[in-house]
Amino acid sequence: MKIEVHITLKNGVLDPQGKAIERALGSLGFEGINDVRHGKFIELELSETNKERAKAQAEDMCRKLLANTVIEDYRIDIR
Amino acid sequence: MLSAIIVFPGSNCDRDVQVALKQSFGTAPQMVWHAETELPAADLIVVPGGFSYGDYLRAGSMAALAPAMREVSKLAQKGVPVLGICNGFQILCESNLLPGALIRNSGLRFVCRDVYLSVENPDTVFTRGYSVGQCVRMPIAHHDGNYVAPLETLDCLSSEGRIAFKYCDDKGIASEVANPNGSARNIAGIFNERKNVLGMMPHPERLADPALGGIDGRAMFEALAGKVFS
Repeated sequence: MKIEVHITLKNGVLDPQGKAIERALGSLGFEGINDVRHGKFIELELSETNKERAKAQAEDMCRKLLANTVIEDYRIDIR
Repeated sequence: MLSAIIVFPGSNCDRDVQVALKQSFGTAPQMVWHAETELPAADLIVVPGGFSYGDYLRAGSMAALAPAMREVSKLAQKGVPVLGICNGFQILCESNLLPGALIRNSGLRFVCRDVYLSVENPDTVFTRGYSVGQCVRMPIAHHDGNYVAPLETLDCLSSEGRIAFKYCDDKGIASEVANPNGSARNIAGIFNERKNVLGMMPHPERLADPALGGIDGRAMFEALAGKVFS
């Protein structure tokens, strides 16, 4: 089963890379960008076939390693 | 006095610390490879700077899972002094031995220069060679040194005397312009609750000998060695 994990800095944690991207897009002439958040995307291929169990496994992985929950939020998508 | 330095793949300040410790402790520290499951007896453990595991995922996140770090955690809980410098600070945060996290510098650049620090709490095994409010100079060299923590954690660190050093100007004022990386409250180093664990981004080992251009960092190693620095 394919799991996709999106990791971004929590709201309220300054995202200097997001800000730099926002400024760079502005310098290219893109207008109306209200905010940019930069993050990570991790794809996992699990042998687990049960969606609930796969999600629970991915949650555990996020808490223990993939995300630092002091500063980051994560979202798990099952494909 | 015995000391140990944990060496990870990608550590690059381990030998600088080795020289500084040998100078102050009189005995050579034991270099402990990250894969070791047992640590030698030591009065001080140093988690050195560098780029352990290439900073993959997050700085310090992989190193925090190393077998040697499990032992460091156990010894820290028993009260053994543990000093994390630069990447070592990041590793101690990722190991939950210290609160908060270190993210990308607010200016986005790798910053490599000397900075001034004000000594916030000189009543610890690490800092008793300094006086309160003393302004010392130490080098920084990092890309991810921007200390962040929830507001309540920052308040707790402030009120419990757990801020070791703040970035300041040459007059000892912790101003915004003197903050090289955007760290909350200009924090350059913090203690754990028991104050036997110190994590700091600046490098005391890089200014611990006149030949290096200064000795402001030496007082820390002398204090840890139980000497009074003069």
